[in-house]
Formats: sequence, C-alpha cells, structure tokens
Amino acid sequence: MKEMINLKIDDINVSVEAGTTILEAAKKANVRIPTLCYHPDLCIAGNCRICMVEVEGSLTLTAACAMPVSENMVIHTNSLKVRTARKHNIELLLSEHNSECTKCYKNGNCELQDLAAEYKITNETFIDLVPFHNYTIDHYSPAIIKDDSKCIRCQRCVRTCEELQSVSALGVAYKGEHMKISTFMEKSMFDVVCTNCGQCVNRCPVGALVEKNYIDQVWDAIYDPSKHVVLQTAPAVRIALGEDLGYDPGEIVTGKMVAAIKKLGIDSVLDTDFTADLTIMEEGTELLTRLKKALVDKDSSVALPMMTSCSPGWIKFIEHQFPQLLPNLSTCKSPQQMFGALAKTYYAQKRNIDPADIVSVSVMPCTAKKFEADRPEMRSSGYKDVDYVLTTRELAVMIKQAGIDFESLKEEKYDSIMGQSTGAAVIFGATGGVMEAALRTAYELVTGREVPFDGLNITPVRGMEGVKEASVKIEGTLPEWKFLEGAILNTAIAHGLVNAKKVMELVDSGKANYHFIEIMACPGGCLGGGGQPIPTNMEIRMKRNKAIYQEDAGMPIRKSHENPEIALIYKEFLEKPLGHTSHKLLHTTYIDRTK
Amino acid sequence: MSSQNLKKTDMIFGLCHTTDVEHLLPGGVCKTNEEKFVVLEEVIKKDPQDIIDDIIESGLKGRGGAGFPTGLKWKFASLSPEKEKYVICNADEGEPGTFKDRDILLKVPAKVFAGMTMCGYCINAKKGYLYLRGEYKFMLPELRKVLDSFHEVIKKIGYDFHIDILLGSGAYVCGEETALMESMEGHRGEARNKPPYPTVEGFRNKPTVINNVETFVNVTMIQKFGVAEFKKLGTQDSRGSKVFSVSGDTPKPGVYELELGMKLSDFVDEYGDGDTKAVQVGGASGFCVPRKKFNETIIGFEGIPTGGSMMLFNSSRSMYNVLTNYLEFFAEESCGQCTPCRVGCQQLIRGIRAVKCGQKSPDYLDALLKLTASMKLTAKCGLGQSVANSFSSIVSNFTEEMIY
Amino acid sequence: MKENIEILTKKFGRNREALIPILQAIVEKNSYLSEEAMNEVAKQLDISAAQVYGTASFYSFLDTVPRGKNIIRVCKSIIAEMKGKKEIIKTLENVLKIKVGETTPDNMFTLLETNDIGWSDQEPSMLINDQPYTNLTSEKVIRIINEYRK
Repeated sequence: MKEMINLKIDDINVSVEAGTTILEAAKKANVRIPTLCYHPDLCIAGNCRICMVEVEGSLTLTAACAMPVSENMVIHTNSLKVRTARKHNIELLLSEHNSECTKCYKNGNCELQDLAAEYKITNETFIDLVPFHNYTIDHYSPAIIKDDSKCIRCQRCVRTCEELQSVSALGVAYKGEHMKISTFMEKSMFDVVCTNCGQCVNRCPVGALVEKNYIDQVWDAIYDPSKHVVLQTAPAVRIALGEDLGYDPGEIVTGKMVAAIKKLGIDSVLDTDFTADLTIMEEGTELLTRLKKALVDKDSSVALPMMTSCSPGWIKFIEHQFPQLLPNLSTCKSPQQMFGALAKTYYAQKRNIDPADIVSVSVMPCTAKKFEADRPEMRSSGYKDVDYVLTTRELAVMIKQAGIDFESLKEEKYDSIMGQSTGAAVIFGATGGVMEAALRTAYELVTGREVPFDGLNITPVRGMEGVKEASVKIEGTLPEWKFLEGAILNTAIAHGLVNAKKVMELVDSGKANYHFIEIMACPGGCLGGGGQPIPTNMEIRMKRNKAIYQEDAGMPIRKSHENPEIALIYKEFLEKPLGHTSHKLLHTTYIDRTK
Repeated sequence: MSSQNLKKTDMIFGLCHTTDVEHLLPGGVCKTNEEKFVVLEEVIKKDPQDIIDDIIESGLKGRGGAGFPTGLKWKFASLSPEKEKYVICNADEGEPGTFKDRDILLKVPAKVFAGMTMCGYCINAKKGYLYLRGEYKFMLPELRKVLDSFHEVIKKIGYDFHIDILLGSGAYVCGEETALMESMEGHRGEARNKPPYPTVEGFRNKPTVINNVETFVNVTMIQKFGVAEFKKLGTQDSRGSKVFSVSGDTPKPGVYELELGMKLSDFVDEYGDGDTKAVQVGGASGFCVPRKKFNETIIGFEGIPTGGSMMLFNSSRSMYNVLTNYLEFFAEESCGQCTPCRVGCQQLIRGIRAVKCGQKSPDYLDALLKLTASMKLTAKCGLGQSVANSFSSIVSNFTEEMIY
Repeated sequence: MKENIEILTKKFGRNREALIPILQAIVEKNSYLSEEAMNEVAKQLDISAAQVYGTASFYSFLDTVPRGKNIIRVCKSIIAEMKGKKEIIKTLENVLKIKVGETTPDNMFTLLETNDIGWSDQEPSMLINDQPYTNLTSEKVIRIINEYRK
C-alpha cells in the first residue's frame, strides 16, 4: 500500500496516493481543471499554463498537471487569480493562433476553441500576432497537413513522435518568439522520416496537424453516374466509428455503419476483413515456406524472423530506420492494398465492370494508409488500386453531412463478393490480432487440428503490453509438414513504434530467436490508429480492444481459411497462395529510404 | 530593515583588482595562489556537516540573484543517500549589464574551483562542472591551465574531485538552473518542472548543487577567514559582500565589491554622473528605481536583491528605449516553451509600441500591467516570471515616457 | 563528412550529452552546421535529425545557415546602444559592404548582432569568433577588420 496524502481541493477533502498530481487528485474530487498540453498517453510537459491552480502558501500559481500533492495542501481551482491568469493565457494563445475557426477543418473539435468558448473570450484584448509570424502550411504529404498558423506549441505531437513512436520526425526548433514545431531543416513532412502514422494528428488539440481529407473527392465519385464506387471498411473502424456519432467508446456499430455507407450512395460496401483473411492465407503460407526453406533446404539466405507487413506506418518506419531488415518483411501487401488490387481485377471481372470506371475507396483507422495508397508500386491492377483513403473520422463527417440519423438505422450486411469475413479478420484491428489469426490458420494447416487454446482464444498474444512474446509447440504434424514436428514457434508482438524499435534492435543484434513477429505502428494496433476518433487514450483503447474480441467471439466463422469467399477466390482466380496471380496482385517490394 | 553606508571590500578579489581589459585577456590573469589550496586542505579534514553548518550560520545567500540560502541547498543535497551527485558552477552570466563573473573567473578562478570542491566534499560528490557561457570562450585556455594545476594540487592533498568545463552556445535562459542542466545533457535549454528540485533530481536526474560563480568564491572565503569575519560584512538579512557590475551613465564603469545593505542613494552618489535619473538594479530581469526612490531603496535581500547588475541612466535617456531593448531581449531569449513567457513577451513589446505610436490608448498600459501580473504568476521559470519586474517598474514610474 | 564526425564521436562519445560539444566543434571548424553535418551527427548519435536541428537552432552560436570564416557579433544591449553601437554597426557595414545578417561575397565575414556579451563596462563591444573587442570606436573597428583581412 502506498502512502496516502490528504489535501483539500476547493473545500473538498481528498485522500490520494503519494505521487498523484493535483490534476489527478482533482479529477478524483470531481473538480474539473482545464488542460491543453496534457495528454494521458504522454509525459508531463507543463508548458501551456492553462491548468494553473492556487496552492495556499505559494507565491506563484501552480501547474496542476506537473505538481505532486503533499500533505495538507490547500488548493483553489477557481479563485479570481486563477481565472484571470487562465484567461490571460488562453487569450495569449489565441493571439498567436490563426483564429479563423469557421474555415478550419477542426472547427467543432478543437480544444482551444472549447476553452475560448468556456472562458467567453469575445473581445480582442491583445494584438493579433499572426501577421507578424511567417507561418507556413505544409500540404505536400498525401496523409498529413501541418499548418503552423494553428499551432499552439503544446508539443503533444513532439512528445507523441518521440515517446510513443521513437521517430522524432517532429521536434521543437528555435527559441523565444520564433520557437516552432519543426521537421529537420523545416522540410515537408513528406521529405523526412515521418511514418504518416498520424498519432500526432490524433493528439493535436487544434488544427495544426490534420489528416489530408478526401471527402469531397469521394462525394464527387458518388455523384458521378459513370463511376462504380466500391468501399472497403477496415476491421478497427466498426468498433470506433460510433464514438464520432454519439456512442460511448467500445460500441460495435458494424451493421449501422454498413447501412449508413449504403445510404451515402456507395455502390458496393465491402469488407477489408475479406482481404485480412486473404493476408493470413498468403502470409501464413509465406511463413511456412520460409521455415521449410530454412529447416529442410538449409537455405541460409532465408530471412527469419519474418515480420508482418499490414501496417504502412511500420513499413515506412523500417524503410527509414532498419533497411537492413527489409528482407525479413513479409512480401504481402496490406489488406487494404490487396483489396484495391482485387477490386479492379477479380471484382471487376465478376461484376462485369470496366475497372477504369471503378472508384476504389477505403475507410481506415489510419492516416498512413493514405500514403500507402499513393505508393507508385500500388498500381498492380493497372490503375491506382485504392483511389481514396478516408479515416474513420472522415467517414463520420460524411455520415453527418448526409443528414443520416445513425442511431435509428437498421443494421445491414456487407455486399458480396469480397464482403464476407471471419473473426480472425476482425482481430486484425487489435495488437496481436494478426498473430492470433495466423496461428489459428497455420497450426491447423500443419497439424490438421485446431490451435490448442481454449475457444481459439490465444490469450498470450492479446493485451496492451508493449512487447509480447508467445511460443507454440507444434505436435502431430501432417506428413508434408513433418519437418516441423516438435518445433517450437517463437513469436513476438509489438505495437507502437517505440516498442517496434526495441524488437528490431534485438533482431538486428542477432539476439532474438523469433520466427514470426507482428508489428503495428500504433499503440494498441489499428484500434488506436491515427485516423481514429479523437480523443484516443489508454482507457479508450482498452474499450475498443474489448469490443474487437467481442466481435470475434460472436462471428460464426473464426478462422481465415474457412471463409467461403476465400476458398472461392482461390478456386476462381488466384489458384493458390503465393501463386502467379497472387504474386502479381497481392505481394510487393520495399524501398531502402536511407539512400 | 537595516541599511548601512556604502563600504568597499576586497574579500572576493583580494589584491587582484583591475578592470582594464588589456589585463584581463590571456596572459594577464592572476595565477593560482598556493594559499587558497591550504584552505582546501584544512577543509577536507573537517566534518562535512560542520562545514554546511558554517555556511548556514554565515547567512550566505546565492549570488546569482534569487538568493536561496547556500547552506540549506547543500544540506538538502547532502541528505540524499544517492551515490552519484554533482556540483555545478553556473557561469552562464547572461543577464544584461552583468559581467562580474567574468572578472572573478579571470582573476581568481582558483577560489571558484576551491569552493566547488568544498561543496563536493560536503555533499559527497566526486564530479563538478563549470558551465561557462559561450561568450566567455576566450578565457577557456587560461581557465583550463588553472584547472589543471588545481587538479594537481587536490591530488597532492589526497582528495578525489574532478572538475570539467562545459561551454554554452549563446542562450540566456540556460542561466536558469534546470535549463542549464538540460543544456548539459545535450538538449534545448528549456526549464524543467519543479519539483523535483535539483538537490533531489538535477543533472542526470541525480542530486545536484548548482551555485553561482561568486557564491562558490564566498564559500572559499568563509572557510579562509571564518564565519565571524564574513558576518561582519553586510546587514542582518544580507550578509557578506557582493560584487557589482556597474555600467551605463557612470564615470567609472567596472566591477566593484561592496558590502550588501547599502542605500541606493549612496551608491548613486559614488557611481552616478550627477544626473542619474534611474538605476536598473539586477539587470533586465530586475527592477528600475527612479530618482525619487533612491533614498528609500536598499540594495540587498531586505530591499532589492540583485545578481549585481547596476545600470545607471541619466536624464538624457529614454526609458521607453530602455524598456523596448529589454523586451526585445526577452522575446528573443525566452526558451519559448510556456505560453505566458513566449507570447506574453511579444504582446508586451508590440503593446508598448502601439501605445507609443497612438494605435492603442494609454489605458492599454493597464491591460499590459495586468498581463505581466499573470506572467509572474504562471510562467514556468524565473525568466518569464521576472519580465514583470522591469516592465511594471518602468511603466509605472515613467508612464509619460511610454505615451509621449 | 562521415570521417570528420567519427573523429568527434570518438572524442566526445555517442550519447546525447555529446551532442552540443560535437556541434560546437563543427561550428568552430566550419562556421556553421550544414544539412549533411547534422544528418551525419544524427546518424552517429542515433537520434533524429529533427532533434539535432531543434537543439542547434535553439542556440544562437550554433548556426544552421552558412556563415563566413569570421563571425562578427556586435553587442546590442541597452548599454551598448547608449554607448554608440549604431555607429559601430554603420562602420562595419561600410567597411565590409554588407548589412547586418549578411556575409561578405569572399566569405570572410558575417556580420550579426547579439545579446549582451558581458562587457557592459566597456561598450561598445563585439565578438569576432571567440575574441571580444571592447571600448570600440570607428577607427578601432577599421583597424581590427584590417588585421583580420591580412
């Protein structure tokens, strides 16, 4: 038991553990202290000076987020001194901020705007400093727009990029009045080590970092009668979209989401889960093939451990930071890109539509997917495989724009073909999910029996720990997989690039004995993606995580290889995993970006 | 409150007393003095606790400007059971109008190193750093020479303490103790949240004592002459002597060692040019005292504490120009991380310009004064908090000059 | 470049604390930090290039834009202003035929202003590289510049 500290906040007696901050203690006492630079996922910065409170006996005010409580502290959160100081600091931030709120993408979802409204900042006391700053807007990247005129220098993005992602594409540069959030040499986000993960976008309290949105382009496509618009939704969208439409975190809204998208006028609403299952087939086979080459053929050129390749933020990360490990990446495209390639080939053929007339849209929990869709190699159908990538947030915007009463919608099912999926595909949205799905299929492929975990739930690979490890002993193999008899398959799972980096350093040093590694760029996996509703934090990620496994458990089919549409596509089109057509449409190559 | 007449002393500098630049440049520096090391040899035979008690008893307060009791600081650091501790000498003398550490380091560097070593002995640290502002890089070769012979001497007396000199790179805010540590650790010089205080978690997150150059010299001299001698100087609240940097409209600019607790009027009588209109006490972050208040102002912790900068302005000077110069300085040298300091400084400077040229009414000065009050209450470190000092003292004492 | 930085990382180490001494050493040699140099330092210290740039740009003496062989920094404190800084700047601008912030075409001099350099008792003052010059007059400035031109 930790030592308890007694204090008084606005005349309320509170008792909290030693080490608790005033901010946390106030929350416990149901006293709300406004914050701006504070984010529960990040270390304390204490730089916005909004959460100031009065601590009796102190000459200055105190930042509640940064001050640990002490015995008999007496705190006032709403004194005249506090209100005046907070108001001053909000006014100062506004004076440095491009306050054209009605023209801002974050209008209505801006923490500075909320504070200005709460403190009723109506008169312009201070001089508008915006004209004196040489602010620039960087919209060169296909994924992220950085608008310095909106930046309030809270450094949430900088801390995110460093602490959660160990990328530090964004840093703080210069000092004093010239201090700004900057990339290396103030280059475009497109030209630096940015992975486009969008975690900064998710944490930016204002409109300084936003996704590049393609809402209008998608509307245009919908209303173009000559176009057939297909839309795929990623696994993690269905368990988070509700948050932007009035639901609490953790609500599964799959059926309503499908209904809403149909109402938007999309011609065919399909499921990325289908290609998630396909990924398992391809990637699982690839892993087994690599193992065979290494163990049976004694081919020392086989790169092991093999690593997953579904997360485009992770792909760009490894291309910048560990190019020497690129051969270890699975050559499988991400489910989004597999889907895109098939939409304009297989789907087009089956539905008898000219692929030139198909507009392929995806809804992703991700901003890096926007970059991924733009990669020059992602045109294996002969067209741009995925034309527009929307984030979960953008889809919510479109649903609102269409005047749809989401709550009252009747649940609907995905269209076919490429709309059927399994529980294994749904869990792609959570950290450990790809691993679990792969094990469910690979184990069965090799042994003919189900993976030996209760109810197919491979719990060791689940959960929010940064790096997880799990080993599976393979016993009772089928004759063709005899070489794996008794083998122990060692796996590792990391989410958040800071954890990915740890695992890669281990692999690079030759100290790791893993065979298969799953990496997701974002904390929690795709459910915590940069394109997910704001706010996202640990509490919310846990709820989304619970929802994902709930969705899995409720699915009639829970193993990728049992998806009937998967069987069908191999029969009709792809022939076999790693076959010629697969190779052409579903696999890709990577670039060493250090050169 | 007690005050006393202006009295010159020479505890800090001893016989070396010159401000002529030609003598300060390499070659003209006072060499190490064997006698000071004798002090050190005696000190390391004492009980560390007794030395700390001596320093507490002496009433010595930090000479950088903030005036924290030196002995207490050492005591806090000494209490930590942590094995790894550090001593830092803050020689990032960036306050406008301050140059006394320059002379101390040029003339009596051995006294500084001796003080640091005593501190190391008291708190059980084996490593000291002197963080020298980049502008003083010219003295580095000479300082290193002195330091080398100093290291020889402590080796001879059988004590283990090593001092390194680190260079700043032109950032005023690094004079703030936690910003300085950030800089030493290879980062931007941004002040940290306090607590934890440096005596608990300082450099490399280890207990650290950081003191001003002059403070360390004072420690050496207290050990040399005894607490009683030290206490004879100054007043009850402001013990000892202080090295002042005198500049501006004065016939004799330079570095002077004076007892604390004098009246500002006495100081002006001695150093003014007969037409002194205002004295800025404590540099740009200090207070501006107008002529009518010279008589009631005591220089010391009972009145205006100061790091030693005394800038004199005669009646030919525009206090508006003085203030804009300070504000430009702060706007540029703020680290920029916290809202009140980064944006507040920009607002103050643009604000007084707007009033001066008539774009804003004189009432706007009141709005700005209120703003400085909030800056003082909410800025993260001393830099932002102290902008209010010069702003409010100049604007309220020279309001007409701000408007017309 | 790689080899030059390697010499420095050997001397100062490869942890974060080595960053500023390394940048200082590069500036001492090359007058400023080139993009290539910062990139190489980032690589060898295993930190991001943005962090190197962010740290460098914080410090006035760690220039990230090209500078001349000799960097002149004239003190712009209030005392310097009172004692005739303007005249000194004018003289320097005339002698060097450049404005404040610029570098001479022969890359010999960059003229800058800087905050208090610690010589308020002897203003006007300036630094040329590390060397302070005080009690400046126009004649003295011309003499000093001519010395550097030799």
